Amino acid sequence: MQWAGVSFAVVLTACGESTTAPIAPTTPSGDLSLGTGDNGVLNYAYALEQLEAAYYTQVVATPYTGISALELTLLTDIKLHEVVHRDFLKAALGAAAIGALEVDFTSVDFTSRASVLGTAKVFEDLGVAAYNGAGQLFTDANLLLIAGKIVSVEARHAAIIRNLLNPKSADFAGDDVVNPTTGLDRAFTPAMVLTAADPFVKTEIDFSTLPTN
Amino acid sequence: MITTSQTPGVLDTLDPELMDRVVTRRGAVSGISNTAAALAIASVPIGLGLFARQAFAQGTLPQSIIDVLNFALTLEYLEAEFYTLGVPEVVPPADCAIMLQIMKHEVAHVALLKSVLGSAAIAKPTFDFTAKGMFPDVFKNYQTFLVLAQGFEDTGVRAYKGQAGALISNNAILTTALQIHSVEGRHAAIVRTLRNLKGWITRDVNDVPALNAVYAGEENTVQAGVNTAVFANVDAASEAFDEPLTKAAVLAIAAPFIVT
Repeated sequence: MQWAGVSFAVVLTACGESTTAPIAPTTPSGDLSLGTGDNGVLNYAYALEQLEAAYYTQVVATPYTGISALELTLLTDIKLHEVVHRDFLKAALGAAAIGALEVDFTSVDFTSRASVLGTAKVFEDLGVAAYNGAGQLFTDANLLLIAGKIVSVEARHAAIIRNLLNPKSADFAGDDVVNPTTGLDRAFTPAMVLTAADPFVKTEIDFSTLPTN
Repeated sequence: MITTSQTPGVLDTLDPELMDRVVTRRGAVSGISNTAAALAIASVPIGLGLFARQAFAQGTLPQSIIDVLNFALTLEYLEAEFYTLGVPEVVPPADCAIMLQIMKHEVAHVALLKSVLGSAAIAKPTFDFTAKGMFPDVFKNYQTFLVLAQGFEDTGVRAYKGQAGALISNNAILTTALQIHSVEGRHAAIVRTLRNLKGWITRDVNDVPALNAVYAGEENTVQAGVNTAVFANVDAASEAFDEPLTKAAVLAIAAPFIVT
């Protein structure tokens, strides 16, 4: 993604001389501005859920080589959960909803179990950290609760994906994501999350108007 | 915002030793539990003291937040003692890595909450994990142990969720609570797999009647006035959102396990 650029406009002065002056930053065609306030935070979540739903839709449409029946069942469940999250957020946002995100999964080998589950792990852990970090950005406690209802399901996904990759190990809540001293999961800012998601998203996302606390 | 420090803690270095003792000396319960507890406690000042003092102005928290944190601490005391007592007794070697990781987190959550609360922290209750005889073999029968673990973890998820709104005025504490909440979600999912269940909750389906209260209300599919079942189906829509529980409902679930 890129920052929305600052445009310059030619302005005619009173005496007919021209000069250039900066005008307000614009969002170039194709960019998505998440907006402000609680709706901005919901759009941030909506963008992430679009990414996850698109990913699992592809995973289920073209199952990787050697996929087991159980794995396909679990991944299909997860796909439906992400679709529900996505469509719910779009409905809740109504006219304030951002448009469709253009995704880029060219780095994923959908025939490879390791590639598919490895990418799923990245998305689920990132989703958990994103919602954990976004909770404090809400002003409406009802929306905070909705985000809370979603994040624990993302955490369940993360644990299950991680257990598929490394069964019966501590990885379901590994020390790489849950601090072993405090027992705390990760919490990321939108900037951290969208930077991590950037390789998978073609659309330029402007998150500069989101609340910061 | 907050990134997790990956500095190794004392508990990390404890794991191999604990694992070894659990596998080779099952039955020598008291020694293991005491060692784990002692080392866990010993690690707290190193790991948490500075963090807690910086993140929270201890001693200036409003009573409403103290009440929420003590409620959370009650649940974490219960979980930590449950695993500390039960893991060395009843967990088969194949599941030790999972259970020791859960135990490590619950012990850490107790230490963290006590650190935040300081002198306002309640004392650990006395627990009875047989629930007055309802689960007499809880530390002898692994399936019974797993049923209770599932109940405690899925309840924990719902309990933290139900308190998030009460913490909205304090960003640091809200975020910390959310960071515990998602760990409980990871725990719940993995424990459910050990009982051959899916990691998520379908409607209010539950195979153990004693846990019915833990799942009451999970069948909800209407979120913020939107019927989410239309986006997939009722099962997926109920699974996609975990529902909160009130403090009263959580305490009613926990009551049979709390003696004083």
